[in-house]
Formats: sequence, C-alpha cells, structure tokens
Amino acid sequence: MLNYLIRRLLLAVPTVIGVCLVTFLLFNVFASPEAIARKQLGKNPTEKQVKAWVTAHGMDKPVFFNFQPGKDGSLHPFDSRFWNHMRELLLFQFPQSDYLHEKVSDLLKEKIVPSLTITVPAFLLSILVTLPLALFIAYYRGTYLDRLALFLCVILMSIVILNYIIVGQYLLAVVFKYFPIYGYAFGWSAWKFVLLPIILAVAAGLGGGVRFYRTVMLNEVRADYVRTALAKGVSEEGVLFRHVLKNAMIPILTVTVLSIPFLITGSLLLEMYFGIPGMGNLMLNAINNHDYPVIRTLVYIYSLLYIAGSILTDLSYTLVDPRVGFE
Amino acid sequence: MAESHLKIAVKRIRKDRLAVAGFGVICLFALVALLDSTPLPQRGPGGVRWDRTVLDALFQKTVERSYSPPLARMGVLNRQAFPLRSPHLLGTNNLGEDVLYNALKGVRTAFIIGIVPSVVAVFFAIPLGLLAGYFGGWVDDLIQYIYQVLSSIPGILLLIAMLMVMERGLWQLCVALGVTSWVGLCRLIRGETLKVKNMEYIEAARALGAGDLRLLFRHILPNVLYLVIIEMTLDFSSLVMSETVLTYIGIGVEPGTGSWGRMIMMADRELPNGIWWNLTGASVFLFVLVLAFNLFADALRDALDPRLRQA
Repeated sequence: MLNYLIRRLLLAVPTVIGVCLVTFLLFNVFASPEAIARKQLGKNPTEKQVKAWVTAHGMDKPVFFNFQPGKDGSLHPFDSRFWNHMRELLLFQFPQSDYLHEKVSDLLKEKIVPSLTITVPAFLLSILVTLPLALFIAYYRGTYLDRLALFLCVILMSIVILNYIIVGQYLLAVVFKYFPIYGYAFGWSAWKFVLLPIILAVAAGLGGGVRFYRTVMLNEVRADYVRTALAKGVSEEGVLFRHVLKNAMIPILTVTVLSIPFLITGSLLLEMYFGIPGMGNLMLNAINNHDYPVIRTLVYIYSLLYIAGSILTDLSYTLVDPRVGFE
Repeated sequence: MAESHLKIAVKRIRKDRLAVAGFGVICLFALVALLDSTPLPQRGPGGVRWDRTVLDALFQKTVERSYSPPLARMGVLNRQAFPLRSPHLLGTNNLGEDVLYNALKGVRTAFIIGIVPSVVAVFFAIPLGLLAGYFGGWVDDLIQYIYQVLSSIPGILLLIAMLMVMERGLWQLCVALGVTSWVGLCRLIRGETLKVKNMEYIEAARALGAGDLRLLFRHILPNVLYLVIIEMTLDFSSLVMSETVLTYIGIGVEPGTGSWGRMIMMADRELPNGIWWNLTGASVFLFVLVLAFNLFADALRDALDPRLRQA
C-alpha cells in the first residue's frame, strides 16, 4: 500500500509541474506584463506607473535565464520570471495579493473555513439524498414511475444553478423568512447562515446526480450475479441494497471526485449570494479587481486538491473492491 | 443492411415523441437566431447601413419615444419597469427595455456559445485523439500528459484565468470554453481509435497500400465521428448554462451582446422591487432551450451509439 502511494505521488509530480507551466504560460506569455499592469492599475495609468508596477513585481526580468549581473555584481542565472514563478508555487511561497495587499497564504487560511462549512455538508448531504433516491428509482425500473422520475431529473438538470439560488433565496429567505437572507458568523452560530446555501446546493445537483446513479445501478442490475442471487431466492430489495449498491461503489466514488469542480462553481455563486467570506468570495474579488497573484495561486491550490482527490479515490477503490490490488 | 446508419438513427429518434418535440423547439429557436443574424439595409443620413437585423426591425416599435420634437433623432426610453402592457408582450425591465426583445436577442448568443466552443474543441480533440490512439508510444504519452495536466485544473478556474488574461468578448469566450472542454472528447476519440485501428478493414486497407494519413482520415475518422456528434449535442446545454454563470460573475460576454445571463443579473436590483418578469422571461427561455436540447441529445446518443444499439 505504501509502495503504491509513493508511486502514485511520484507520478503526480510531472502533472503538478505541468499545472505550474500552464499558469506560467497564461500569466506571462499570453498576456504581456504591461497589459497586466494596465488592467491592475485601472484608469489611464502613466508610462511611469506601469514601469514601476512591472519592476515591483519582478516582471521586467528575463523570461528564462538571467545573465545580467545583479546589484552585488554576482550572477543569478535563475533569477528569472520562469524560475521565480516555479519556486513560488512549488515551495508554497505564495506572493502578495495586488488588491488586498496581504499574503495569499494568509488569505487562504482565513477563507478556507467558511467555504468548507458549506461545501463539505452539501457534498455529504447530496450523496445521502441522491443515492437512496436513485436506488428507489432503479428498484422501479421500467415502470411509469421510473420514466416520470427520469423526466423530472432532466427538468431539474435543465434549470441553471443561478435560478436555484436566486429563486430559493427570494422565496425561502425574503418572502417566507425561514432563513436569514445574507451574512455569516464564525464558530457554531454559523449553522443558521449556511443552512439555506447547503439546501440549495443539494437541490441544484439533485437531477444530474439521481440520473447518473440510476444509470450506474442499472448497469449493475444487468450483471450475471444479480440473476444468480435472484435465482437463489434473494429478495429484490436484498439484491438491490446488498449486492448492487456494493458493486456500484466504484463509479460512484469516481464521480464524487469529478464533482469537485462543480463544488467550486457552486460555492462561488452561493458565497456571492449569501455574503459568505470564503474562497469563492476571494475568487470573485480577485476577478473584479484583476488580482492575478490570487487567481494564479487558487488555480494551483485547487489543482493540487484535485490531484490529491483522484489519488485518494484510487486508494479507496481497494476498500470497496477486493479485486483491485495495489499493483 | 439496406438502410444506412443515418436512416436507422432518424427512425429511432422519430419514435421518441419527447425528442421530436425537443427538435421542434430547437428549430424554432434556430429560426430566431437566424432572423437575428440577417442584416437589413437601412437608409440613413450617412448612406446605407447594415447594422440592423430583421429581429431588430420587428421590434422597432417597442422603443418608446417620450421625447420627440421635430429635430430630435433619438428617443428617450421610458425608464420604468412595467409588467405586461400592450406593445410589450412580456413587459419591460427597470431600464425600460422590452423583455421579450432582450430574451430573443439572447437566442443568437446562446446558439453561438453552444456551438462554436465545441467546434474549437473538435480542432484540438480530433487530431490529438487520432494521433494518440493510432501511433501510441511517445506520441500517446505526450498527448496523454497534456490532457492529464489540463484536466487536473478545475475547469471553472482555468476559464476564469483565461478570461482574465484575454480581452472580453463573445468570441474570446468561445475560444476559452473550447480550450477548456476538448479533453473529454479527445479521451473518447483516443479510446475509439485504439479499438478501430486493429479491425480487419484497417488491416485490409493497409495491405492495399494506404498510408498513415489516408488510414487516419479516410478510414478511422468516419468511424469515430459519431462520438463527436454525440458530444457536441450533449455539450450544448452545459455550454449555454455556463455562459449565463460566467456573465453573471463578470467575465462573460460584454454589455451590448444579448445575453440571458445579463438579464438574470438584473434581477438583483429588480426582485427587491417586486419586478419578477425580467428574471422569469430570461429563465424560461434558457430553460426551454436547454430542456429541448437535453431531450434531443439523449435520444440522439441512444440512436447513434453502437454500444447502446446492441443492448
């Protein structure tokens, strides 16, 4: 197991370096430092201001290798934009935010908790709600109930997440006043502020989730072991809950990792609507204020999380399927 | 074996009433998009101008001219929101613009966003997928590495990063959406090419002296093309929906381009004042188009996918 883990981690290294390369290309090659400086400085900056900004951010250095002697007269060949960028990301020495003038790592520490208070419960709750629903529909496969449920799923999938949030907030918080409209509190009293966002996140993912899990279950229902179990006299419910569910765990685990990007979008919009000071909020502020260091760091951090998540999924396959080994 | 694949597919789709209805709705929307893409000449003081489309001409009456002395050229919009009132079938938003007109303007944008990124993605996915599957070895490793890296960056963040670096605009948005969405299709094409390249007819073509390029584009490509068609229709809905979300967070299309995302965005100011019809108009248009495409795409996938055909 340890061997396998180490090998997977080593295999992830080129991918991580690749992610750093992509961010470097995006923010250094596709956009010139001057263009970024102009966007960051706002309305009509003077040449001097632009130059000062570029120098202050080290963007006037050569792209790959620096052959100019430094101030102390010695040569620093790796004091270039590329190597500084790689060092920044790979060694977690994140830069300062251009807009908030704080270290990005401090910002992340501050913002991660409110985000997690929404995404983690929403993630767990949506699995708890969608899986039983999907099993229920798979149990009634081929009947009118199944077809009606599928059609409902397609309808739910066709509603954009913005509508869930806007209408949900308006009806449940503004009109019926079941929940606070806006705001956040740190500590345990956060629960009443995060309740509605969590419910809306679950609702938005319901249609797609149920439909996907139903397909997964039905692929298993056609398998031979189901026929064997039924022939042995195991009840339909027993087959579904004891045999099919266990065997469907691998695709279910895969899709849980695939849903991480969706959680990012969801939390972005939810945090925006409900005034929750989390990562989504940070991202949105960075977009509106052309805060490139923050976006660069967020791209990197979320990619790391995603890669770590897929390694964890592969490890968890062995928990649910004894046939999957560590070879 | 008398019927072609296409005929069989059409027959299968026609049996699905929901899919047929979906197709009808798509055609209706496409007609609106077409009307909005056809320019109409307009005689003005500076000669003939072509910046007005048929759709604009149809809705010209909806601009109210509350200020129109003889020399004034521009009317001032009545900046008030109304629910349903005679010339405005769906009312006006809080800037006094006609909701129906704005919603119909969004149709063309939706079609562009739903189709062009897929075309951009195909330009990456088909050559890279074919090459990786056909040649294997280091070519495969390299291409797999590229898409491994791109797929480890969550799509929404890559999009945000790209759109922040580029200038804003409809076509830039299409390129960014295309670049972030080709990986899935590339993976599919690679897998299918791996399967197809060992089939007997490829062997036969090679024995007859066909070169790599001819094999790839004459014999393998037509047999993986169904994947492209399925993916393009399946992606349409999610692309249209992502446009509204991106416009909403401020990195989508620029103001002036018809967009349902922008209409939904206005709801922030309108809903507290009880103006619900602008949000509803945009949402219903978006919902109907996306639902129609979802229903149609599902039927199309079932009809075209040979794996499902056998089942």
